[in-house]
Formats: sequence, structure tokens, C-alpha cells
Amino acid sequence: MTSKAGEKAAAIAGAKKPAKRPGVADEDLIGRKDLVSRIKLTLRPRIRELRFSLHLMAKSATSIAGVILIVFLVILAMLPFLLAEPAPGADPYVIPKDFLFPTPQPPQGIGGKFPLGTGENAASTYYGIIWGARISMAFAIQVVAIGVLMGTIIGLVSGYKGGVIDEIIMRVTDIFLSIPSLILVMAIAAVLGRGLGATKLALLAVWWSGYTRLIRGQVLSVRENTYIDAARASGSGELKIMFRHILPNSWAPIVVAATMDMGTVVLVLAGLSYLGLGAPNGYAEWGVMIQEGQQFFVAGYWWMTVFPGLAILTFVLAFNLMGDGLRDVLDPKMRR
Amino acid sequence: MLIGVSILTFFIIRAAGDPTITYLQNPNKATPGMIEAIREKYHLDEPIYIQYVYWLKGTVQGDLGYSKTAAMPVTDAIAKKFPATMELAILSTTIAVTAGIYLGTISAVRVNTATDQGTRVTALVGVSIPVFWLGLILIMVFYNRLGWAPTPNDQYSYGFSPSTLRFHTNFLFIDTLFSGDLTFWWDVVKHMILPSVTLAFAQTAIIIRMMRSSMLEVLGAEYVRTARSKGLPENVVIKRHARRNALIPTTTVIGLGFGGLLGGAVLTETVFSWPGLGQWSASAAVNLDTAGIMGFTLLTAIIYVLANLVVDIIYAYLDPRVRLG
Repeated sequence: MTSKAGEKAAAIAGAKKPAKRPGVADEDLIGRKDLVSRIKLTLRPRIRELRFSLHLMAKSATSIAGVILIVFLVILAMLPFLLAEPAPGADPYVIPKDFLFPTPQPPQGIGGKFPLGTGENAASTYYGIIWGARISMAFAIQVVAIGVLMGTIIGLVSGYKGGVIDEIIMRVTDIFLSIPSLILVMAIAAVLGRGLGATKLALLAVWWSGYTRLIRGQVLSVRENTYIDAARASGSGELKIMFRHILPNSWAPIVVAATMDMGTVVLVLAGLSYLGLGAPNGYAEWGVMIQEGQQFFVAGYWWMTVFPGLAILTFVLAFNLMGDGLRDVLDPKMRR
Repeated sequence: MLIGVSILTFFIIRAAGDPTITYLQNPNKATPGMIEAIREKYHLDEPIYIQYVYWLKGTVQGDLGYSKTAAMPVTDAIAKKFPATMELAILSTTIAVTAGIYLGTISAVRVNTATDQGTRVTALVGVSIPVFWLGLILIMVFYNRLGWAPTPNDQYSYGFSPSTLRFHTNFLFIDTLFSGDLTFWWDVVKHMILPSVTLAFAQTAIIIRMMRSSMLEVLGAEYVRTARSKGLPENVVIKRHARRNALIPTTTVIGLGFGGLLGGAVLTETVFSWPGLGQWSASAAVNLDTAGIMGFTLLTAIIYVLANLVVDIIYAYLDPRVRLG
């Protein structure tokens, strides 16, 4: 216990060491009117905070594993054409087929034409896994980013304004949170038709409510701090108080939730595709690949089901590992 | 709140499109007269809020409409499919609670050891694994390769017929046992195992995480130190002093998880062709069966409210501070 406390103290001292930084000290910047000094004064404490957070994260093996996996997946999502070249002129998100070879072929290992085997009509499992990373990553980023943006703005207004507005917004949020979201998403997706765009809209229609609830709770407690009163007394406008003073002090749980939701969104997308909503047949989307493969594994063609599932597991696990690490780092109780 | 839920669902489904076509037996042969008759019969020619009032009126009188996908009235469909879902929910929650509390406790007691790290990673895998894929893999291993599990289709094998049974409870597990036909009962049990394990996996993971963190908090509390300094054996301290208190927050997770399972596990039931609420609601959603979706949504919202209530009651039972305060 003592050694751990010592370590912690050393870590704090190490990260907060103010000495020998080139340039002007923080204290001397206060009061200066030029833009550069003001930017420096704003950014410096945040950078220091960030460095401390990174330092804490670097100590946890699981979050490092998560970060490494995520970096790997991001690179995969950005450069899939280097690893699996699409047919010229064709939609790269559809797995290329060759109708001369209707029977699925087993994995041929690294160096073979089909390292992870094929589905019907020579649809390469390997190609699907590689391009599936890009589809999943793009989909998850869009849903989470827009969801967070919507949820944050609505929750911020709700928590800060209070009163009738808050009451109405929270009742609506409650309704969204208590209906079975998968069923609602399925109904919306069924209406809009099969396709990634429709699924995205369907997910967004329900996804904001969780963030709204989360940020509102944060705002309610942050709002009571004296520094908010101070900001108001010094004449800051409502918008400035909301975005400059309340938001930066409320975002930590949102970051954790958003990180983990990156994985959850991909799980939901795969589930919807598996049920026949979501991505259309033939797409390099992991849920569709599992759905197409399942009729074959009775015949012993296991690779069509196993590999896409492992890909989903890796993707979701990566974000959960990192989210878990982030929670420990950003939780003030665990922090100091 | 229930009214809010029903309004929202109703408007989303109706905003989606004209449901007339879903009521037609054979859309290609429909004459304008037939369409007109259907529109009149289901009040589809009225404005949408009037339609909602009609739905609400029926619901209050116990008539939830006719579900096309289940080919029976919604109330009958719920009564028929709810027991099948309930059986899965009970068995999988039992597995998850047993495994989750045990592993969560061990993990917290041996914090930062290999056991702890292993359990934590297992729990993370549990929440990261796609549930339908897990189901497929289990089928692949235990049905295709090993041949231990029965065909993953329905609640019983071909050749058995529930029509020979006298139904006491609608729970196949209990009714087959009462009927004295033990081979049928054993067949039903075998069919329940794989879907329950599939469902239990994610639940276990959630319970482990909750149990571990609340156990860690409790182990640092004053009264645990007091118990230890009294010289009580470590075993007694953990079981009687720490675990009982750590169970209180875990109850919330278990209760809400069970409530969620009662609403039907869409993906798991689809993988195992389980004739429960989840499979029905999935096909209702895909086929835009308005009455089905509305009935199902209302049911889940009620379950959600009830689950919260039951958790509050259990809280009061477990924790005198809540009861007296």
C-alpha cells in the first residue's frame, strides 16, 4: 500500500514538475492582452492535465492493449486497399465474386489467394474482414459523433436551464430510454429499407438519449460550483458559461461512454445485419458475412462464420478495453 | 410514461407508411373496393391522432388488436410466447447470478492477481462478444461436432407433441414434468441449456464487474476492518460482512438485466429458433406488424417499470437503512 502511494506521489510530482520549461511562466502570462499569451494561458493547464492522464493510462496494461488494437484497426480502416485490392471499377464494399467457383473453399493460409477461405462464388472471407473494418469504423464514428453532439447540446440546455424545459426534455428522454431500442431501431430500419444509411438514421433516432441523461446529471452538479457564480458575476453570457465553464468540467463520463459505445454500435449494426436489416447481402460487413455463412457451417464450412465473429469481437473488445482504462483515469476518485 | 411510450411508437410506425397493405391477404389481387373496406375497418382513413385514440380505446378494453405475424390476437400471442421467454430468462439469470457473484467476489478478494486479471478480461470479452455469434459457435461445437446438444430448433424435438400434455402453467418445463413423461421433460431441458448459456454469458460479465467494484469498496470499509480486528476468520468476514453488503448494488444490475431478458432476447431466440417474444417481435418489426409492435412495446415498458419497482422492494428488504430511512 505504501509503495503504491509513493508511486502515485512521485507520478504527480513528475507530471507537475514546473521547472525548466522554456519560455514564459504561467504567472507572467496573466494579464497580458496579446493573443498568443492568451492562447498559451488557456492551453497550458489543459496540456499538463492531458499529459498526466496519458501518464496514468500508460500504467494500465489493459488500456495499452486497447489503444494498440484501436490504432491497428484505424490503420486498417484507412488503408484497406493495400491489403485487399478491390476489383477495378467495382464497389469496394461489395465482396468480389467469381461465379465459376460456387462451392466455398477452406482457408489456404498466408500467401494463398484466399487466406481465410471463401464463401459461395469465391467471395473471399479475408477481403470481407479487411473492408468490414472500414465499414464498421466509419459507421461507429458517425453514429457516436452525431449522437454525442445531439445528446450534449440537449443535455446541456436541459440541465442549465432547468424548470419547464428540463422537465419536458427529461420526460421525452425517459420515453426513449424505456422503449426497447433494438425493436424501435428495427422498425425504423424496416421502414427506411435495407442499407447502411437507413440503419444509421434509425440508430441516431434513439442513440442521443443516453448521452442527454448523462450530461444533464453532470451539469446539475457542476452548475452549483462557486466558479460558475464567479463567471456569472463577472458578466459572462449564458452561452459562454455553458460551453466554456460547464462543458469542460462535465465531459469525462461522456468520453468513457462514447468510447465504449463505439463497440456497442458495431455490435448493434452486426446484429441488425444478421437479422436481415442493416447492410445488404454481399457487403463486406461482418454481421452479413456471419448470416451468409451460418447455412454452411452444418456442412463443416466453419470459416465463413468464425472469422467475421472474431473480427467483431476484436473491434468491440478494443474499445471496451480502452473505455475501461479511460474510466479509471478520468474518475477523480481514482485519480489522486 | 406508458402513454408517452405508446404515442411515440405509434407515430413512428404510422409515419413510416400506409399499413393497409400489411392487412391484405394477397396484395396483388386486391381490388380498390377491398382496400377501401380494410381502410374503413381499421380506421386507416381517419387522421393519425384519431387512429391512436382508437388504439388506446381498444387497449383499455383489453383488445390490443390482431398480430399478422403471429396470426392471432396480440393478447393471445403474448400469453403464448411469454412463458417460453420466461423459462430462458429464469434459467440464464440463475446461471449468471451464481457464476457472476462467485467470480466477482474472488476477483475482488484477490485483487490485482492473475485470477483477478483473468476474470476482468473474461468479463470484458463477455460484453464484447456478439451474442448471435456465440450462439452459433456453441451450436457448431455442441450440436455439429460433439452431437451432445439437440437440434437447435424450437423447445422440443420432432416427435414430441405438446398437444398430448395437460397445460397447468404453459411453462413447458413444468408441464412436461407434471405429465410424468420424463423423456419429454429431459428433451425440453436439453433444448434450454445452450440458449440459456448464450444469454447468461453477457449477464455474467455485467454482474462480475458490478460485484467486483462494489466488493472492493466494501472491503475498504470500517466495519470490515472491525470484523477483521475482532479476529474473525477471513472466510466469515468475506461471506457474512463484505459480500452481503456488496450484493446491494449488484441487485440493481441483476433485476434490470432480468427485466431486459423478459422482454425477449431477439438475437438469441432467432439463432435457436426459440418460439418466444424476441423472435416474434423481430418478425413483427421487420414486417411492420403495427399491432404486434405496439403490444410488444407496451409490454416491455410495463416490464421495465415493474423491474424497477421490484428492485426497489428487494433493496428495502436487503438494506435496513433504506427501509427505515
